[in-house]
Amino acid sequence: MPSTFDTVAKIISETCDIPRETIKPESHAINDLGIDSLDFLDIAFAIDKAFGIKMPLEQWTQEVNDGKATTEQYFQLNNLCTRIDELVAAKGA
Amino acid sequence: MRIEYFQLIDRIVDLDLAGQTIRTEARVPTASTIFEGHFPGYPLMPGVLLIEAMAQTSGWLVIGVTRFTRMPFFAALKEAKLRSFVTPGQTLALSAKLLHEGSGYAVTKADIRCDNKLICNAELTFRLVEFPNAEFRASMEKMAAILEFPMGALAHG
Repeated sequence: MPSTFDTVAKIISETCDIPRETIKPESHAINDLGIDSLDFLDIAFAIDKAFGIKMPLEQWTQEVNDGKATTEQYFQLNNLCTRIDELVAAKGA
Repeated sequence: MRIEYFQLIDRIVDLDLAGQTIRTEARVPTASTIFEGHFPGYPLMPGVLLIEAMAQTSGWLVIGVTRFTRMPFFAALKEAKLRSFVTPGQTLALSAKLLHEGSGYAVTKADIRCDNKLICNAELTFRLVEFPNAEFRASMEKMAAILEFPMGALAHG
């Protein structure tokens, strides 16, 4: 079974036409991979479907805009994958 | 259909919140300045306006599913197929199904039929945001009434 990161990296690679080998756990989706907000909607759709979750993007964005969180907390891929795992676990709880 | 006012559907025929589907209808006007240019001597409903009609149909579905708490803005279009010409005076049956309601976005699949024949179809993505201001929200509620949007379904759906 692929890891959460492998699944997310594959989605990003296929959605944004980014070579898979350039996508690292420490990559920042926006700053390093250059993914814009519209492409991120496609990625979010694919992630939501793949994991059967609803990533709380509105809440995350609000927290970043309010200075309560950094973009790294949600959009650096290893952190994003941790959030996804938490959402999957919460769904099964 | 009031093309010049960008009102591309006439009526909401059915809004099924449980099934997350909507059906609307629209009649293409027999005359419009748009047909003078598209095309002289051969008037056709522009494909981009058929896509907008699918977006408006999908948009009312999203407004229903989100209980009028979010305004959908058309953001992306995929797999759009314009299969047949649409001419002045034709009546269109539009439908949309919600594929996914995400946080801050929604994805639908929509199509248009004329005399049961599939005219066009596409997958559409919307950004969902809070209504920017009270005036805008009021204008959408007014339009909802014109289109016979079933407000009662929001309370019971």
